[in-house]
Amino acid sequence: MDAPKEGVYKQDWQWQEGEYTVTRTTQWSGPGCHNGCGVLLYTKDGKLEKVEGDPNMPFMQGRLCMRCLALVEAVNHPDRVTHPLKRVGERGENKWEQITWDEAYDIIVERSREITEKYGARAIACQAGTGRNATWQMPALSWAGFKSPNDCGGFLSGDSCYTPRMASMNAMFGCTLVVDCSQFFEDRYNNPEWKAPDYTLIWGCNPVVSNSDGFMGHWIVDTMKLGTKLIVVDPRLTWLAAKAEYHLQLRPGTDAALALGFLNVIINEELYDADFVDKWTYGFDMLKERVQDYPVSKVSEITWVPEELIVEAARAYAKADTAALQWGLPIDQSQHGVAGGHALGCLWAITGNVDKPGANICVTTGYVQADIRAAIMGQQPKEIREGRLGDDQFPFRAHGPGGHALPDALLEALETEKPYPMKMLFISSTNTFANMGAAAKRVYEAMLKAEFIVVAELFMTPTAVGCADIVLPMAMSPERNALRGWWAPFRSITKVTQTGECKSDETLVLELGKRLNPERWPWENDIEMLEYCMHNLSSSKFSGTFEELKEKVYVFDPFEYNKFEKGMLRPDGLQGFNTPSGRIELYMHSFADIDLDPLPYYVEPVESPVSTPELCEEYPFVLSTGQRSYEFFHSEHRQIASLRAFHPDPMVELNPADAAKLGISDGDWVHLENPHGTCKMKARLCPGQLSGVVCAEHGWWFPEKEAAAPSLFGVFESNINLLTTAGMDVIGPTGYGSPYKCQICKVYKA
Amino acid sequence: MSTNGLLIDYEFCTGCHACEVACRTELGLPVDKWGIQVLQMGPWQIDDKRWEYEFVPVPTELCNLCESRVEAGKLPTCVHHCQSAIIKYGSKEELAEAMTKKKMVLFTPV
Repeated sequence: MDAPKEGVYKQDWQWQEGEYTVTRTTQWSGPGCHNGCGVLLYTKDGKLEKVEGDPNMPFMQGRLCMRCLALVEAVNHPDRVTHPLKRVGERGENKWEQITWDEAYDIIVERSREITEKYGARAIACQAGTGRNATWQMPALSWAGFKSPNDCGGFLSGDSCYTPRMASMNAMFGCTLVVDCSQFFEDRYNNPEWKAPDYTLIWGCNPVVSNSDGFMGHWIVDTMKLGTKLIVVDPRLTWLAAKAEYHLQLRPGTDAALALGFLNVIINEELYDADFVDKWTYGFDMLKERVQDYPVSKVSEITWVPEELIVEAARAYAKADTAALQWGLPIDQSQHGVAGGHALGCLWAITGNVDKPGANICVTTGYVQADIRAAIMGQQPKEIREGRLGDDQFPFRAHGPGGHALPDALLEALETEKPYPMKMLFISSTNTFANMGAAAKRVYEAMLKAEFIVVAELFMTPTAVGCADIVLPMAMSPERNALRGWWAPFRSITKVTQTGECKSDETLVLELGKRLNPERWPWENDIEMLEYCMHNLSSSKFSGTFEELKEKVYVFDPFEYNKFEKGMLRPDGLQGFNTPSGRIELYMHSFADIDLDPLPYYVEPVESPVSTPELCEEYPFVLSTGQRSYEFFHSEHRQIASLRAFHPDPMVELNPADAAKLGISDGDWVHLENPHGTCKMKARLCPGQLSGVVCAEHGWWFPEKEAAAPSLFGVFESNINLLTTAGMDVIGPTGYGSPYKCQICKVYKA
Repeated sequence: MSTNGLLIDYEFCTGCHACEVACRTELGLPVDKWGIQVLQMGPWQIDDKRWEYEFVPVPTELCNLCESRVEAGKLPTCVHHCQSAIIKYGSKEELAEAMTKKKMVLFTPV
């Protein structure tokens, strides 16, 4: 009785169920999240009417979160942008004239050519957010369309989202590592090689809510049901923390110090895997010497975590036969994020929790976005790269063929015209100053200096109303053909419906690219382009057509453990890792080569109780920002009534005793203020939250409020990024990492 | 009363609301009504080492054990979509036999 009847959920990619056509495919933002769950899309007469989870998709086996369950409401939402719009009146007046796609393309081509002639192609920046499948399309449009090297995030200061961690992993291991929850196997938890780890150390994330970076948080719950115990590092008492054997509530911004404290215990108590260290790592003695600077007593003082707890947790992690380390944004969102990532990477390296079942495993397949970027950008003339914003000041960013322009450098170039003027912004899938743009007001004002701005969006957002000259109507996930892979399996996204004149990002960049630079865009349609992409991925090996992938729905690339023993990590096929020494570099040669510290270290945040005690007399709280919600993906979903009903207001979390001292009760509106700005949120009193720390949500704008400036949907009312900082002097020495999650503030009742 | 019920292993309910939204969508309910509603206990501190912090999804008067889905050979939508896979559907007898660990509850909504 506990399974559906045989044959109800077919393996076919599409079938008829009564009056519905049911299509098996994958969902990816927008709207949505950073994963790609298997969905069944029920359409009738071409309209999406129902969504269910696909039980025949191993990724989530039919399970879905509330956002996918509300997908029909999103796709059919009356407020969607469905036609191209041209601004009439001033920016911010929210007055638009409907135009055709041809007219829109003509305007974009003409303006970009004018700007290129006058200022050079690099005066054009193409910006994307973290989702809506646009992380390769904007770089492709930038390089192969406009011929500008300046593709970058929507003013995400210091690229501080996963990139700092990837930077440290690449330098140490020569590849990326993720937690193994059997997601690389089609038979998942039934796979005979896989096993659940004894301990999972969850560091700075709430995976069941955040589901970041191709990892479904509820896989951790799956392992808990199989006996995996937890160690949680988080100032908040999350549900996972309440279920953990050890909960370390650290002061935000001190992650690297705590990691170094762990290393101090594990190394000095000789709890590391000496054999593994000897055979596969480089620089252990130097690391050992470095961690002597971080005795537990000092680390406890820095991090606010009791000494005994640091010691017990470190021992539990190191003594486990198998331990996994799942990590999150706080590591990236500090100035010295790369050092934090480095320290944490050393943890799994010295305990031998590398590429074995249940631990942190080396990934060599499925980074589809990066592969497509490389495939398309790699075809363009090398000279395009010259002068990319941020490369000059940060050699680490200039290093290697990949990377992006530095958003902070773009911000300053808009403001000062140095190192050269930036005059045009093409923005897709990012709500800049409403969401990830640190120093939000500053970002908004800088953007207004661009002469021409295009915003490609699902809904009218503060960014669109505030800044756009042209708005382009974009397709949601069920309305586009696309590829999805991060990390496994390799999936197709199949178009099943059409809304208005919406186009996918794929179609947009192809059609625009053909007008701008035709010989670089030789494909007739999005499918042909996707097939080119599919056949030029360095990391997934599917050689069929898009139709064939669509009909398979998903394909698992083969996965093996212990790739470093089998010569599968190096281009020369030798054993070891793809690093200068061939070993895991606890001491990173690539960093030493460019005068960056090759060993992990800790530096206080710029504004903190330790760095700026006088300032903290007025601003006594440590402010962490951006904790995720079940209801929303970043600034998305605020207009989806069935989701917003669960989460109507922007929330800031406080320790109840701290709140009581300020006369603040649960549900009171409060002001958060620091030297950089102020905003208003509703207080949620959280028993068990670390005293002295407040945690404020991000991405808040109000689709129900006045759209026109100065309101811009109330974007400056509850925008925590009014309190954060951006700029070349704010980000760390690598050019990656910005202190979104370690600011200071005061709180008072509104 | 039906012969069937829902067995919920609430030790692992994360309070994600998937069951609530799936059910509401299936039954066509407005946002102020539920067919299954997630209730919360805590967080409150038990002692130095432990916190009480549990979510428990409870089927309401409006739950009909997804009659039409079951007739079509499907599982109730909460069972199908629960991200923690903690809801099972079956006869009361079968479900009672499956209560082999702590923190499980057997509901008989109809």
